Order: sequence, then structure tokens, then C-alpha cells
Amino acid sequence: MEALYATVTGFLAASGLYLALRGRTFPVVVGLTLLSYAVNLFLFSTGGLTTNGAAVIQEGVSYYADPLPQALVLTAIVIGFAMTAFSVILAMRVRGDLGSDQVNDQREESKEDKS
Amino acid sequence: MMHHLIILPILLPLLSGLLMLVKRDSVVLPRRAIALVSTATLLAISAVLVVQSDSGEITYYALGDWQPPFGIILVLDRLSALMVCLTSFLALGSVAYACAGDDRKGSNFHGLFQLQLMGINGAFLTGDIFNLFVFFEVLLIASYSLLMHGGGKDRTQAGFHYVALNLAGSAMFLIALGVLYGTTGTLNMVDMSQKVATLDPSRLGLLKAGAFLLLVVFGLKAAILPLYFWLPRAYSSAPAPVAALFAIMTKVGVYAILRIYTLIFGDSAGELANFVQPWLWWFALATLALGGVGVLSARDLRSQVAYLIIISVGTLLVGVSMSREAPFAALLYYMIHTTLATGGLFLLADAISEQRGKAGARIVSGRGVTQPALLGLFYFVGAMTVVGLPPLSGAIGKVLLLDSALPSEQPWLWSLLLLSSLAGLIAMSRSGSAVFWKATRGDEEGPRLKVAMLAGLILLIGASPVMSILAGPITRFTDASATQLLDHSAYVEAILSHNVAGGDS
Repeated sequence: MEALYATVTGFLAASGLYLALRGRTFPVVVGLTLLSYAVNLFLFSTGGLTTNGAAVIQEGVSYYADPLPQALVLTAIVIGFAMTAFSVILAMRVRGDLGSDQVNDQREESKEDKS
Repeated sequence: MMHHLIILPILLPLLSGLLMLVKRDSVVLPRRAIALVSTATLLAISAVLVVQSDSGEITYYALGDWQPPFGIILVLDRLSALMVCLTSFLALGSVAYACAGDDRKGSNFHGLFQLQLMGINGAFLTGDIFNLFVFFEVLLIASYSLLMHGGGKDRTQAGFHYVALNLAGSAMFLIALGVLYGTTGTLNMVDMSQKVATLDPSRLGLLKAGAFLLLVVFGLKAAILPLYFWLPRAYSSAPAPVAALFAIMTKVGVYAILRIYTLIFGDSAGELANFVQPWLWWFALATLALGGVGVLSARDLRSQVAYLIIISVGTLLVGVSMSREAPFAALLYYMIHTTLATGGLFLLADAISEQRGKAGARIVSGRGVTQPALLGLFYFVGAMTVVGLPPLSGAIGKVLLLDSALPSEQPWLWSLLLLSSLAGLIAMSRSGSAVFWKATRGDEEGPRLKVAMLAGLILLIGASPVMSILAGPITRFTDASATQLLDHSAYVEAILSHNVAGGDS
């Protein structure tokens, strides 16, 4: 299970990083979102992978999963969600204000070339 | 009651920020009143905290009474009290300046400003490394919106770069935290420092990778050499009061490096003791050199100040990488000075550009300012202090730092620090003479400084002469902070010895 989990997380992170390095705002936003998914999965696994383990202490149970990463990942998901929403709106604002969805403003660079 | 004072620098801005969410489009006056009262109260509270921390005792506040190492705690020592006090002082100057009219240019300026203060104060006070991440996010998301305050093409573009970079930074922060938690099994900084010292050698490599990743994240916030390219554009396009507050944001990164790499990976860390410092030394020196080049190349007053911030970050991190008591004391004094001076200069650049009409903040000869004597005086004091000419505070800070270098460190530190100061001096004299002396006669009828702007400028730029006069008490406090910071056993004693007895908070 560890190998599969690690492969999936690594692949997600690699795809996210690739997209985040693209030149247009939409792939960048999607890339950052994928990256945050990968990070959440990674964070979830930092306490070790367990199946069917109880997270809260109860009587008569001796097999536990580490509850702290679960709490951390919940926080990270909430924060990541808000950040994604913000960056989507910002990308639309970039499109509206600059009339292009390039991350680097092309017109400005060509203007500097001329001067 | 005094015990609960530690959490007030976080709760007070939160409450006033929330208060301003009610009726968002209401008239601006009550919001200004709330913002000013809240920030002034914050300054008073943080001054009390500084006095309280000066007893030398390290106190902590256990949230929900969950004792460390399990619960989240806020830690008050000399350093965190000093940083909170510095933040509230800078914020008071910025809020005062914003009340002159910058707060009307977009919606809910004061609310966002207070929430950003909450994030910054939280980052300085927390003793839990995941909580540090949460407060970083709070201050970042408030800064995203503040950076865009007032709108405009330049701000949107700079804002997108800033947001995308910081989102990637947050992802790396989480990976680093995951690695640290996975190897040490704790998130409390002091507890982690103990676990690091006794870690199984086979896991050291993983821990080291996590610690380096964390350095990259903090380096991005602090803007050290390969990671600073976002800063000049973001800071020079931000509205003036926001840019002034951002002067403390890079210092949050510097503070985090100082805290993490002396408390967790400091002298007590066994095999990993002080392992990032040699790296940091070279990167900080390179940052210093490039900041000097950048300040000469700037064509705009605002980006000139942004490069001055990069010089100051280089200077501070050189001090951090020396990892001894004397450089720490020097850099804390320099940190107070540089934060207030660069914040004040951002405000001044805005005041100048408003009075020059079309020429704006560009460093060209054009129409003169309406009040050349007043603004010229501010510029003179601000420029003198930021490049480090005696008798102002910049000179004291730099001399303290130069003096603390060992003979082996002197050739690099002395030459680069002095050269970058020289670059700053040349750049500031050039832009000063272009703006004030080569100008055509200013329009007598032009816009004049409003009282609120004057108050902000006096607070931030006037702080420098005051800091020279009070250099004695301030250096006594920073010396004591440096001693406390390096006394690792005091932190262990203060934070971890209670949990057996059940704690007393």
C-alpha cells in the first residue's frame, strides 16, 4: 500500500508542478490545486498508514491511527480551499484587467523592447 | 488577568477586523476610529508585554488549557514581545497615513489591515510549528487582498505573481512540516528541539531535508537571493500604507529563520547543530551584494525602497547566520531600525509622488513638490538613517553588526555591508537631488500634506532619531533578548517542566 500511495502522491505533485510552471493563468491555478492535493495526501500519511484504526481513544481498542495528521490535513484542506477560490477570482481579474490570460504581461515586455 | 495578556495581540485585531465586516459599505469615519483605537491599544498592550518579558521569565499561554507538548501554546519571551511591539508601532504609522484617504480607494481596507496584524502577531507569538503555518496563511491571505487594494493593472499582475508564488511556498511549508512531524512526532517547537537531539541516526537525512525545505519557505518570505524576484514589483505597486506594513513581512521570514534555526536546530541539536548557518551566510552575503546593485538600478522611488529592503534582509540574515550573542543583539537593534525606516520611506515616496503630479515617484527631474522644505527634511532624515550615516539609528545598528564579526568573517561582511551602504548612499543622493533640487518650481496651489499623512511620517521616520537617543535602553533589551534566545535550557525549563504537575495556567 505504501508504494502505491507514494506513487500516486508523487505523480500528483509532479503534474501540479508542471502545470504551475505554464504561462497561462488557468493551468497555473489548476497546477497549484493539484499540488495542494498532493500535499494533503502527503500530510495525511506522515503519521504512518493504518487501515481500520481508531482515531479517538476508546475502551477495548488497542489498534489506533495517529489522529494528529488527520486534524492537520483538515486545516490544510480548508486553507487550501480558500486559497484556490481566491486565486480563481484573481485569475479572472487578471483576464479582465489586462485582456490576456498570460501570467507575464506580454505587451509590457514588447513595450520595453521598443524603448 | 495579566496572564491572558499574551493572547490579546491576536484577539484584539481579530475582533476589530470582524467588527468592520458588519455593514461593509458604511461611512468611513467610524471604521477609521475603530482602526486607530484598536492599533493604539495594541501598541499599549505590546508595550506592557515588553515590560513583562523584560523580567527574563519565559511565559506561555496554553490555549484551551491543553498543556504542552500536546496543546497549542503561545510563547512570550523578549524576542516575541519586541517583534509584536515593533509591528504595532509600524501599524499605527500606516493606519494614520491611510486615514488621509488611501483607505477610501477600495473596500474594507481597515478590516483587512487588522486581520493582517492578527496574522503577523500570531506568527511572532506562537510556539507551535503548525500554528506558525496557520498564522502565515492568515497574514498572507490578508496581504493578497491588501496588495490589490485600489485596483489597477500593475497591481493585478504583481498580485497574481505574489499569490502564485506564495501558494507554492505554502505547499512546500506543509511538506516540510509533514516531514518534521513524521520524523520527530511532535509539533511543539521546544519539544521538537529535544527530539531532534536524540533522533535515530537513520532518520537524520530525512529530517535534514525537511529542515532545508523549511529554509526555502522562510527564505521566500524573507526574500533572500534566489527567491526575492517577486518583492520589488509587489512592494512598489502596493498602496503606500500597505507597502509600509509589508516592511515587517520580510521580517516575519527572518524571525522564523532566527527562531527555528536557533531553537530547534541550534547548539542543542546534536548532530544537526547549526547546519544551515554556513549556507545562510553565503546566500545572505549574495543578497546583500545584489540589493546594492538593485538599489542603483531602480528608476522609481518605490522600487528603490524595495531594494533597500532587500539590502536590509541580507544584513539581517548575515547576522542570523553568525549565530552568536553579539550579532543577534546587533541584528535585533537593526531590525527595529530598518523596519521603521523603510516603512516610513514607502509613505514618503507616496507623499512625494502625490505632490509631483505627472512625474510621480519616478526618479526624473520634473515639477517640484509643493512643500519642498518639509518633505525634503523627511527625505534627508530617512535617507541618512537607511544608508547608515551617523548619528542616526542606521549607523548604530550597522556598527554594532560590523563590530560583532570575528576576524575570519570580517573581510566578507565588512566589504559587502559597507559597499552596499555606499550603493544606497549614491542612489539616495541621486534620487534626492533629482526630486528636490533639479525640479522646476513647484505649484504653490498643489496638494499639501494632510495632518494624518504628517502623523504617519513623523511616527515612522521620526522614530530613527528617537532610537539613537534611546540607544542605551534599546541595546540593553536586545542584548538580553539575544542571551535569552541562545539559552536553550531556559525554554525547556519554562515550557516542558510544567506538564507533569498538570500546569499552572
